[in-house]
Amino acid sequence: MDFNLTGDQRLLKEAVERLLADTYDFAQRKSLLAEPDGWSRTQWQRFADMGLLGLPFAESDGGFAGGPVETMIVMEAFGNALVVEPYLPTVLLGGGFLRLAGSDEQRQRLIPRIIDGSLLMAFAQAEPQSLYDLFRVETRARRVGGAWVIDGHKRHVLHGDSADVLVVSARIDGASNDTEGLALFLVDATAPGVTRRGYRLQDHTRAAEIRLENVRVENDAVLGQPGHAFPIITRVVDSTIAALCCEAVGVMANAHERTIEYMKLRKQFGATLGSFQALQHRAVDMFVQLELARSIAMYGVMSCEDTDPQACSRAVSATKVQIGQSARLIGQESLQLHGGIGMTEDYPAGHYFRRLTMIEMLFGDTSYHLAALAEAGGGWRTGRRLEFF
Amino acid sequence: MDLRYSEEDIRFREDVRTFFRTALPDDIRRKVVCGQRLSREDVVRWTGILHAKGWATPGWPVEWGGTGWDSVKQYIFKEELLMAPAPEALVFNTSMIGPLLIAFGSDEQKSHFLPKIATLEYWFCQGFSEPESGSDLASLRTRAVQDGDEYVVNGQKIWTTMGHRADWCFLLVRTDPDAKKQRGISMLMVDMKTSGITVKPIITIDGYHDLNETFFDNVRIPAANLIGEENKGWDYAKYLLGHERSAQSRVGLSKMRLQRARQLAQDIACGTGCLADDPQFRERIALIEVELKALEILTLRVIADGPASTGGASDPKASILKLKGVALQQAATQVLMEVAGYDAMEYDGEFLKGAAEPAGGEDWALTIAPNFYFARHVSIAAGSSEVQRNIIAHSVLGL
Ligand SMILES: Cc1cc2nc3c(=O)[nH]c(=O)nc-3n(C[C@H](O)[C@H](O)[C@H](O)COP(=O)(O)OP(=O)(O)OC[C@H]3O[C@@H](n4cnc5c(N)ncnc54)[C@H](O)[C@@H]3O)c2cc1C
Repeated sequence: MDFNLTGDQRLLKEAVERLLADTYDFAQRKSLLAEPDGWSRTQWQRFADMGLLGLPFAESDGGFAGGPVETMIVMEAFGNALVVEPYLPTVLLGGGFLRLAGSDEQRQRLIPRIIDGSLLMAFAQAEPQSLYDLFRVETRARRVGGAWVIDGHKRHVLHGDSADVLVVSARIDGASNDTEGLALFLVDATAPGVTRRGYRLQDHTRAAEIRLENVRVENDAVLGQPGHAFPIITRVVDSTIAALCCEAVGVMANAHERTIEYMKLRKQFGATLGSFQALQHRAVDMFVQLELARSIAMYGVMSCEDTDPQACSRAVSATKVQIGQSARLIGQESLQLHGGIGMTEDYPAGHYFRRLTMIEMLFGDTSYHLAALAEAGGGWRTGRRLEFF
Repeated sequence: MDLRYSEEDIRFREDVRTFFRTALPDDIRRKVVCGQRLSREDVVRWTGILHAKGWATPGWPVEWGGTGWDSVKQYIFKEELLMAPAPEALVFNTSMIGPLLIAFGSDEQKSHFLPKIATLEYWFCQGFSEPESGSDLASLRTRAVQDGDEYVVNGQKIWTTMGHRADWCFLLVRTDPDAKKQRGISMLMVDMKTSGITVKPIITIDGYHDLNETFFDNVRIPAANLIGEENKGWDYAKYLLGHERSAQSRVGLSKMRLQRARQLAQDIACGTGCLADDPQFRERIALIEVELKALEILTLRVIADGPASTGGASDPKASILKLKGVALQQAATQVLMEVAGYDAMEYDGEFLKGAAEPAGGEDWALTIAPNFYFARHVSIAAGSSEVQRNIIAHSVLGL
């Protein structure tokens, strides 16, 4: 067992952290949010130039063959700075589908453009009133000649407003909650029949509601085997959740550190907040949750390498549950310990809090993953019976 | 011992319920149900309707427009109001400056201000907190120096809720800088149009403008606007905090939110049915309801021991009501978040402010996240949960 980063990984970590320290402090972030897209294309190009956009792709696809640890490093740093650019939808989701299910032609056409920063992607999955089940898809695709025609209504498509290519999940067969019968399509976001309504989310990231009406795509737009997309969706979403949990660790680490700093400075009753024992213990409880979160995020990320998809899903649900618990405590306590100032838009604490509540919800909240885990038989299985008598 | 409402109480509750059902204008009801923020005009209109019925200030003495209801009836009224759901009275007027003047104001102050406070012709805000004086309110530094028949005030207040909409402010100032910190404080009322007052907005994490910084630069306030005696302001502030705590459990608000969560959950797919039928979801709601029931009975116990309006010496157990009440209010907003899921994440600032139609999102979901975020303040403001715990430790447990 080895918890250390390799030399290259340490260099990556330092480089990302330095880039963000130079270009992404709270004030700089505020001006990025004010750009027309609600995020910064300049910043995106910086990520491309540093190679971050090519990190998880195979060398044969023009990437840098980074593994889960490399993604973890980047996501944690992004969380720490509350990066709002579309890394998750483009590189992790869009890129993830291409890596796992893309044909040679699809990979060659799209991956180089992701890597150089010229192509943005988004995953159009969730539908109205569907909560988080990945199989709950009513969007339909039907064969018309050699092509496909898609109709449906997608919501909460992260960065769907600026995406160039959408990965759309649609049903070609079965009832709306069957796991069988799903397919994935690469859809040009400006294709006829696609309408998008972009909007800001509570945490200042972006999303879109997308309607597809008679959207026609050719057969080469199908990702993987039509009708059997569910395992691929699960796999890509699972590893994205694991990466998102690493982002959460960065967010929490920052929220915690800020709170400690504030407790050392802020005085009431002639003493610093940090001198009140009742508050010291609260800061300690936050720290405990942070370290638990950091640990389970490592476990979640490494479990995505597991060849057994069910083991992977179970580990990811466990990770999401612990992250959710930690995020809730750290986010809420950070605001509470700041007092009034934490409630304000101009102060960072509330932004970290909002990102944490968003992460807790994304791809299934704590209750959802807890239920999934319980249904799967718990967090781990030893296969061993304990015999006492 | 009998924990049931009397037949008279039950009849009263029916009357109150019917009134809220028939008298509350639809547009205001819709805003409250959707969790939208109300305009000043909305609150004034609703207060006018209550006032016409004689119910705008139920807790005040009858001679000043109160109802003469006993404390159980007042509790029932408040609960029905929150569950209607109808807008709450403006606390600064109805529960703070009004009762304070009734207890400590001069006759001229009472006859001039109380009628205008009751109808919101004078909308009051509260100028207590300062940047360096939050939990440690008694350390406040805004200075008032007497000059003839005026006070000259200099300093800064912060977190002034609705300061930008208010006509008047009741504020704490330091009149004797040499006395022990609680001893040198006085309370004044100031017309917000007085020259030298500057109000600057503070936007909160729900994206809304409710709070302000309020600056006082050589503001001249007639000495006749001093409340009670000079240097007794701290006693009045404590009276207010004691006065408010029993109202702060707001059990009805949490009940209403849980009820709404249940209803909304009927349209959310889950398993082979809907979220409302999911056993774990039901258990999570039921657990909060158990605590709400216990808190409700505790609230009634505290109220029965003597209405807080009889004086500052209120039951220190009332701190439990604030402490637990806000925790349950927050828990209920969390359940709503769980129900709304992604639909809560869209930001629509105009809809939150009261726009008739959302920009494109779901009207039932759009305010859930902002209200969840803003609800974090209830454990910070009006005596934080830590301050309540300190009070209970000292005054109740004798530690
Ligand atoms: C939404 C909102 C509306 C408000 N409206 C008004 C208003 O209209 N008028 C007005 O005057 N004020 C208002 N306030 C101010 C409110 O009363 C203060 O925020 C509150 O008193 C806390 O002060 P603070 O924010 O300076 O936090 P601090 O006092 O700095 O406290 C920070 C943290 O330390 C804790 N703490 C402090 N001292 C101790 C201790 N001795 N032991 C343990 N823990 C401690 C606090 O509980 C808190 O968690 C409002 C605040 C908010 C957030």
